[in-house]
Amino acid sequence: MTNVTEIKQKTKQIIKKHKSNKSALIAVLQDIQEAFNYLPKEALKTASNMMKVPMSRVYEAATFYTAFSLKPRGKHIVKICKGTACHVRGAAILQDRFETTLGIKPGETTKDGKFSLETVNCVGACALGPVVVINTDYHGQVTINKVDKIIKKINNEEGAQQ
Amino acid sequence: MNENPDIQAHQLLDNLSLYYGPKKKFVAICAGTGCRASGSLKVKEALEAELKKQNMNEVDVLATGCLGFCEKGPMVIVHPDKYFYQHVKVEDVPEIVSKTVAKGEIISRLVYRHPETQKTLYREEDLPFYKKQNRIVFGQNGMLDPSKIEAYFNIDGYQALAKVLSEMTPEDVINEVKKAGLRGRGGGGFPAAVKWEGVRRAHGEPKYVIANGDEGDPGAYMDRSLMEGNPHSVIEGMIIGAYAVGSNQGYIYVRNEYPLAVTHLTIALEAARQNGLLGKNILGTNFSFDIHINKGAGAFVCGESSALFASIEGRAGEPRAKYVHAVEKGLYDKPTVLNNVETWANVPLIINKGADWYASIGTEGSKGTKIFSLVGKINNTGLIEVPMGTTLYEIIYDMGGGIPNGRKFKAVQTGGPSGGCIPERLLDIPVDFDKLYEVGSMMGSGGMIVMDETSCMVDVARYFLEFLKEESCGKCVPCREGIRRMSDILEDICSGRGREGDIEILESMGAAIADGSLCALGGSAPNPVLSTIRYFREEYEAHIKEHRCPAGVCKALITYGIDAEKCTGCGVCVKVCATQAITGEKKKAHVIDKDKCTRCGACIQSCKFDAIKVK
Amino acid sequence: MEDIMVNMIIDGKNVSAPKGSMLLEAIRGAGISVPTLCAHEAVSRSGACRLCVVEIKKGNRTRIVTSCLYGVEEGLTVNTKSDRVLNVRRLVMELLLARCPESDLLQKMAKDMAVEPQARYAVDTDKGKCILCRSCVRVCEEVVGVSAIGLFSRGSYKEVGTPYNEKSDVCIGCGACVYVCPTGHIEMTSTGDKRKIWGRTFKMQACEKCGKFFAPVDQLKFISKKTGVPFKELTTCTECR
Repeated sequence: MTNVTEIKQKTKQIIKKHKSNKSALIAVLQDIQEAFNYLPKEALKTASNMMKVPMSRVYEAATFYTAFSLKPRGKHIVKICKGTACHVRGAAILQDRFETTLGIKPGETTKDGKFSLETVNCVGACALGPVVVINTDYHGQVTINKVDKIIKKINNEEGAQQ
Repeated sequence: MNENPDIQAHQLLDNLSLYYGPKKKFVAICAGTGCRASGSLKVKEALEAELKKQNMNEVDVLATGCLGFCEKGPMVIVHPDKYFYQHVKVEDVPEIVSKTVAKGEIISRLVYRHPETQKTLYREEDLPFYKKQNRIVFGQNGMLDPSKIEAYFNIDGYQALAKVLSEMTPEDVINEVKKAGLRGRGGGGFPAAVKWEGVRRAHGEPKYVIANGDEGDPGAYMDRSLMEGNPHSVIEGMIIGAYAVGSNQGYIYVRNEYPLAVTHLTIALEAARQNGLLGKNILGTNFSFDIHINKGAGAFVCGESSALFASIEGRAGEPRAKYVHAVEKGLYDKPTVLNNVETWANVPLIINKGADWYASIGTEGSKGTKIFSLVGKINNTGLIEVPMGTTLYEIIYDMGGGIPNGRKFKAVQTGGPSGGCIPERLLDIPVDFDKLYEVGSMMGSGGMIVMDETSCMVDVARYFLEFLKEESCGKCVPCREGIRRMSDILEDICSGRGREGDIEILESMGAAIADGSLCALGGSAPNPVLSTIRYFREEYEAHIKEHRCPAGVCKALITYGIDAEKCTGCGVCVKVCATQAITGEKKKAHVIDKDKCTRCGACIQSCKFDAIKVK
Repeated sequence: MEDIMVNMIIDGKNVSAPKGSMLLEAIRGAGISVPTLCAHEAVSRSGACRLCVVEIKKGNRTRIVTSCLYGVEEGLTVNTKSDRVLNVRRLVMELLLARCPESDLLQKMAKDMAVEPQARYAVDTDKGKCILCRSCVRVCEEVVGVSAIGLFSRGSYKEVGTPYNEKSDVCIGCGACVYVCPTGHIEMTSTGDKRKIWGRTFKMQACEKCGKFFAPVDQLKFISKKTGVPFKELTTCTECR
C-alpha cells in the first residue's frame, strides 16, 4: 500500500519527465497507471496542479479511456479478447466461466485482490482465438477446461507464496 | 554537411557487410505477437542453442515479424532454399538443424500437406495460401529482423528517401503518388496525394504528418504486423510525406493493446536518428523532421481523425463537430496529413519502383494491393496481401482453404463495425473500394471475418452494436442514445422478446442515425444491422415470429439435450456443469435438466462423444 | 467594416447572409424556424444535439449538416424540411423523450414538432433532465473560467458533474450553469443566507444597501481576484448600484 507522499512524489517525477506539457496528459496518466496499477486520486490532483490543467479535464480524460482504472486492480489482470474472430469462436462462453468462477464481472476485482476481470477489443492474435491475456501472457485456443486450469494454477501459485 | 543525400545513403549501405546474400544460410522464425503466443520465442532460443551446439556458427537465426500464415505458427523457414515448416515445437529443433540446415533434407512431418490432394509442399511460394498473393509490402517482413535497421538497408531501405531528397521536389513526390493512384488504406479510401496537396497549399505553421496506428476494428491486425515487423517502412513513408507537404513534426498513434509495436517503433526511430535519417538535416540536407509516438488508451473512436487529434492534444477523444477539414485545421488546428500505417508503408515502394509499376497492379479505381486479415471460421487464418480486384471467392477458398469441419460458408463481414456482411451469392465480386460499397459493405481497414452455418447473423449484428455502444464517445444524441436503443432491440430479439415491427423500426432508426451522427462511428453504426437484415431477413423473422435461432446460437432460444445413443455415461460433463444441471448413473445415458441449464457450452466442449446436441 | 454577403437558396427563398456566419442564423433570419437545444448565445457551439440539421446541396452532392456549425457559402441550396431532416429531428426527440421523460421542455418541443414518444424505448429513470448538451460545462470553462464541472465517462454512461462527485474546490457558486441549462436539470437551492449547488453549500453575501442575499461570498472573492477590484466594492447587488 503506497502512501500519499509516495504517490505525490512518484507523480511529480512522471510529470517532470514529460516536461509538465499539457498535451502529455494521456501519457502521464498511462505512466501513473503503470506505476500504481490504477490512478490514485492524489496522483490526479498532483497532475492537475503541476500541469495547470483543471481537475475536471484530468478527470474527463481519466474516465473517458477504458485503459485507465480509478479503482485499485488485482494482481492478476485477466483480459478476455472480445474481438469478432474470438467472438465467433466462442469467447462469450469463456467470459461466463470466468465470471461464474471468480464471482466478478468485467471491471471488477475479487475481494482478495487476486484477480481483476476485463474485456479487451482484439489483441491481434486472431489465429489463436479465443484468446485470454493474463498480465502479459497470451493464452490461445482457450476452452472451458483451460479456464479452470488457469484459475487453479494461479490460485496454487498464490497459495504456495503465502 | 551538405553532401548529396544519395551519396550519403549509399555510404550507409557500403558501411555494412551485406546482411544476407542470396546464398547465405539462415533460419527465419516468426516472432510476431501471434506466434509468440504459441511459444515461438522458445523455439528461437532452442534454434540458437542448437546451432551453437552443432558448431554452425555462421548460420544466423532471424526473428522476423508476422509472416502472415498465422494458423500454422510457430513457423520456421530455412534459407536459402526457403523450406517452410509449420507448428514447430522445441523438440523438433535438433532435427531441423542437423537435417535441413546442415544437409538440406526435408522433415516430412513438419511440412505443409494440401488438405485435398495430400501433396506435400515444402517451399513457401508453393503453398496455396501464398500462391495468389502479391506481397509487395508485407513480404518484406520475411527478410527483416525489425529491431535492426541494417536489415532494412539490406532490402534497399531508405533508398526511396535518398532519391526523394536528391532528385525530387515536393511537387514531384506528390505527382508521383498521384499518378500511382494510392488511396488511403485505413477505410476512407481517399486519394493520398490529394490530401498531401491540400496540406502543402494550406496556410498555417507548423504542419503535421501523422500515422494512424489505432487499428480498432476487432479481427483486423494488419497494421500491428506492419508496425511490429517492418517499422522502417512506415517511418520512411512518413519522412517522404513530410518532405512533400512541408512538415517537420510527425506522430505515430499506436493502440495501447500493441506493446510490441510500440517497442519496435521506438527502437526503429532511435536507429533512424542515429543514422541521420530523422532529426535535423536529414541525410545532410536542410530538411528536418522527427516523429513522436503517442499511445492510445482504449478508445476505438480515437481512430477517427479529429478524435485522434484530441487524444494527442491531451484531451478526451471526442470528435470535432465543426465542419473543417484536417488538411486545413487538424492537430492543434494546423494543416495535418493523417494517413493509415499501411498507406505510409506503400510510399517507399511507389518512389523506388515508380508510379507506373504501382498503377499496373489492381483495378481501375483501386490501385496497388491491400493487406487483409482473414479470420473466424476459416481454415487458413492469417494475413494476406492481394492485388485489388481479387475476388472474395479466391480469398476465402484458394488462399483461406475454405471452411473447417466440413461446414458451409454463410457470410463474410468486411469493414469491421462500420461494414456489412456479404452472403455466398456475392462471393465473386472483386474486392476493391467501390465494389464493396455497392453491396452495402466497405473495405474498412481490411478485416474479413468468415462465418459458417453455426453463426447467427442476428447475434453478429447484436455483437457489433454492443461493441459500438461501448465505444461511442457519447457526444451526440443519435449515436449515444440511438445505438443503445438499437442494441436493446437486438438484445430483445436474441432473447425471444422481439416484437412485430422491430425490423422496420431498426431500418428507420438506422437511416436517421446514419444521417444525424456527428462522426463516422455513429454514421456507419447501422451498417451491420442493415446489411444482415438485407441478406438474412428470414433469420430475424425466425427469431421474432417463431422464437427460434436457426443457427443454434442465441441462448434463450435453444435447448441442450443429450443423445442417449451416443452418451456413454462417462460423467465428464457433470463435473464441468456450473449449475449441476446434468444427472445420470455411471455408464448410463445422462440427462440435462432444461430449467437449470444455462447453455454455457461447457458440456459440449468437454464431451468426447459428440453426444450433446443443440436444438 | 463591410460584410461580404453570400447568396443561397433556403427552402426555395433567395437569402443573403454575411460571410463567416452560420446557416442557423441565416435560416432564422429568413423567418424559418429551426429547433435547437444545445446552442446558447453565451457559449461556443456544441453540435451535440443534432436537432438543427438541414439538407444542403452543393453541385451534385447532398449532405445532412448541423446548421449551427455549417458556415454560409455562395450558391448553397438548403432544405430545412426534407424527409431526411425530419427523420433525424424526429429520432432525436424520440430518443431524448425516452432519456428524460420528466422534462417539460422536451415534451413541449416534441408536441410542437408533432413527435410522439416511441413506445419501443423503455424510459430511463436515472438520467434526470440532463440531455448532455454541454452548455453548463462550456459556460463554466469559457465564461466563468474555473472549469468546476465536466462530462465524465463516455457513451451512454456519460454524465455531468464534479470530479469524483465530490464538492468542488474551484466552484464559486455563481449559478451560470443553472442559467444556461435548457431543461433545468441542475439543482440549486437557496435558503436564507445559504446556497447549495453541486453538493457544496455557499455562504451568500447580503447587499449593503437592500440586505438581499444576491451572490456567494466565494463568487465575489473570485471576481475581486480576477479583476483587481477590492472586495468591499463588490458588496452591492446589481439593482442597488
